[in-house]
Amino acid sequence: MEEVKLPELGENIEDVEVSAVLVKAGDAVHVDQPLLEVETEKASLEVPATRDGVVVDVLVKKGDRVRVGQTIVRLDGEASAASTGPTAEPATEAKAAPEPTVVKPAKVVQFSGPAMATPDQLGITAPAAPSTRALARELGVDVNKVPGSGPGGRINRDDVKAYAKRIILGGAGVGATPAPELPDFSRWGATHEEPFGSVRRATARAMSNSWTQIPHVTQFDRADVTDLDQSRRARNKKAKNGAAKLTMTAIIIEKVAAALAQFPKFNASLDLVGERVIYKDYVNIGVAVDTVRGRRVPVLKDADKKDPSEIAVELNDLASRARNRKLKPDEMQGAGFTISNLGGLGTTYFTPIVNWPEVSILGVGRAEPQAVWRDDQFVPRAVMPLSISYDHRIIDGADAARFLRSLAEALEAQ
Amino acid sequence: MTEVLRHDLVVVGAGPGGYAAAFLAADLGMDVILIDPEPNPGGVCLFRGCIPSKSLLHVAKLIHEAEQAEEWGVVFGKPNVDLDRLRGFKQDVVDRLTGGLGQLATQRKVPHLRGMATIVGPTELDVERVEGGSVRVEFGHAILATGSRPTELSAFPNEDPRLMDSTAALEMDELPETLLVVGGGYIGLELGSVYSALGSRVTVVEMTDGLLPGADRDLVRPLAKRLEAQFEAIRLSTKVATIDAADDGLHVSLEPAEGPAESHRFDRVLVAIGRRPNSGGIGLETTKVQIDGDGFVSVDAQLRTTEPTLFAIGDLVGQPMLAHKASHEARVAVEAIAGEKVAFDPAAIPAVVFTDPEVAWCGLTETEAKLAGRKIEVARFPWGASGRARTIGREDGLTKLILDPQTERVLGMGIVGAGAGELIAEGVLAVEMAALAGDLRLTIHPHPTLSETVMESAEVYFGQSTHVYRPSRRR
Repeated sequence: MEEVKLPELGENIEDVEVSAVLVKAGDAVHVDQPLLEVETEKASLEVPATRDGVVVDVLVKKGDRVRVGQTIVRLDGEASAASTGPTAEPATEAKAAPEPTVVKPAKVVQFSGPAMATPDQLGITAPAAPSTRALARELGVDVNKVPGSGPGGRINRDDVKAYAKRIILGGAGVGATPAPELPDFSRWGATHEEPFGSVRRATARAMSNSWTQIPHVTQFDRADVTDLDQSRRARNKKAKNGAAKLTMTAIIIEKVAAALAQFPKFNASLDLVGERVIYKDYVNIGVAVDTVRGRRVPVLKDADKKDPSEIAVELNDLASRARNRKLKPDEMQGAGFTISNLGGLGTTYFTPIVNWPEVSILGVGRAEPQAVWRDDQFVPRAVMPLSISYDHRIIDGADAARFLRSLAEALEAQ
Repeated sequence: MTEVLRHDLVVVGAGPGGYAAAFLAADLGMDVILIDPEPNPGGVCLFRGCIPSKSLLHVAKLIHEAEQAEEWGVVFGKPNVDLDRLRGFKQDVVDRLTGGLGQLATQRKVPHLRGMATIVGPTELDVERVEGGSVRVEFGHAILATGSRPTELSAFPNEDPRLMDSTAALEMDELPETLLVVGGGYIGLELGSVYSALGSRVTVVEMTDGLLPGADRDLVRPLAKRLEAQFEAIRLSTKVATIDAADDGLHVSLEPAEGPAESHRFDRVLVAIGRRPNSGGIGLETTKVQIDGDGFVSVDAQLRTTEPTLFAIGDLVGQPMLAHKASHEARVAVEAIAGEKVAFDPAAIPAVVFTDPEVAWCGLTETEAKLAGRKIEVARFPWGASGRARTIGREDGLTKLILDPQTERVLGMGIVGAGAGELIAEGVLAVEMAALAGDLRLTIHPHPTLSETVMESAEVYFGQSTHVYRPSRRR
């Protein structure tokens, strides 16, 4: 018998929510066949079988929170060398062998400053029981900052949990003002609820962080994409069946990659602690994708080294996997700039929020026929609304105007 | 070629820090080895400290109680001390306890390598075995728990057997007629009390102006009063200038802060002026481990040294040098190595002086608060008002609470009196749980016990205590 444990899923991921159980007791599974679907704060992942075998029992159910290292499924059947390890003795029958003792890996936990309780100079700790202080440590909360609800300001476990929850739910972080209490909406009619799930919570946290960290400015411009769209359609028409279609987003990514090479500040990050600006010599562009489970931002790596059709193919794959919740965490990391194209949904101008630690984000609206003054007359042209939000600490209005104009001209020149 | 062993975790030193660490590690399924020169775990605490001294202090207490019984009409007469049998009792206690620890190590399958370890790098050390030869041990992590040793003054004739440190004094090879105890701290007063009870004429000399430096004066006073009656003399604000060994004894020159120097002869001298961490000579210079000016190894809240594979606990890493601090640190260090999110952040580490009466405190003291200029409220309950203290003829006690004036939180507790060491545990829990004075007042305490003094001191804070009448104050 072999215990399949939840594997390491990425940095800082300690536990996950089971979003689907894909096998049941008695099922024969083969190596790499998905057993479970789990949801981290950033992505949905499948947990594959470690070898061929028959499922003896499934130890988790949908909605469970499972820790890394926890047993999720027990497999019976043929044991592989990988699971038993080399032994001098010939393998005996696979009957009720004693289960291996689980030894915790000797990994050293590095604490970041704020998670540590800092008693005052006399060593007086926050008014919380040792078990409560331990809980705060587990949750990475500075117990000294938790408001206590008990007599004399004593902090109980619920206070710590509520505080941690507030931070997670998009308080600006430690020291944020607590969310005010909501009125009882049922006084005015029926209500119904749905959980604010972990993906949504992660988005909320990221948005709050960006909004409070970054002094935002948004500017607008427009690009005449009539010619570009025509040549794109013509090309797609000529393309053979089955070949990937060139999309407007793919072309915009290509043009943005070129603009970023020209304006490297838009692909930089601001390090306030180190008092420096970090420029990225690579061009990785995040593309916001609308999915039924909310917004995901897969990252198109090395966009400057790819032509539009390569970009289109790769983006198509990323977007469809984002919708099917098959993205890996590292496919959503490392962007230096983000594009949010809402044109397909019919919007015009909007003010996107910069994805910290990036410093700018492009918003693309729907290209619509407009009367454009050309050669002494108004002509109908497809005009695409462009919006750029940026971190005004390192990017000036003139920079943004130049960037956006340069991008528009690139789109207009095809 | 030397033998090479390989273990995930090696614990150097088998005192209350080291053996606690090794046992916990084994219980968590780690592959651990314990290194210590003694035949069994125990360290200074069990072999040469807490345990043997408490056996002897128990006997001292019995002698005093027998003397006091005369007041109640029960006369035992002068005790006849059989030093061999007394030593035997003490030794039996030590042997049984350390033997028991040896069994616990065996049951947990923790190998015990007898020898002295020298670190030779961040992941290896050499052990000079007691039975000869050496072994190299390679490890993933090490917990250093090498403890401390009595401070020596080089100006004194340390080779003379009549000049004793605490280890020698606990051997009790003879009962000197006259004994000078250098140092009025807890070790000097505990051992001085033992020798005094057994018949030695004991003089204590202390450099500062009071016994038990650092402890609140109101807690020291009842003890000082009793010791003044028992001891030959207590010389405060006095330095020991020289000690000269002669055939007829040790000639000691005392220098009081005021007045001329004096010379006195003693049969024996016990030097109890503190302890030094054993951070030297164990090879730490081959690592990135940092050692501060007092010889303590610098560690973070997980007891990790500046060399990430090495952890250090107990007397080696700082004050207070107490067994219960070491074993708590052991837990934190092992759990940190196991990947748990833990930290050493006690709100209170209790201190107990096992004299008669005992003195115990935890958390914030009045002295510390005053020094730091922190506003506190102090509530005192004198044992004269305790029924239980009367029944045992020991009204020489005091229980006090150090409270935060704004929140009424219990920040510290201090007790002097019979059994204070047992009573202080309630104070530690109160401080750790951030209890308020009101919590202690509203907790029913058993009658008639000395523990009621805790509840009644909280009542005193609110201005109404059943057994203390104060006309005005009322909260």
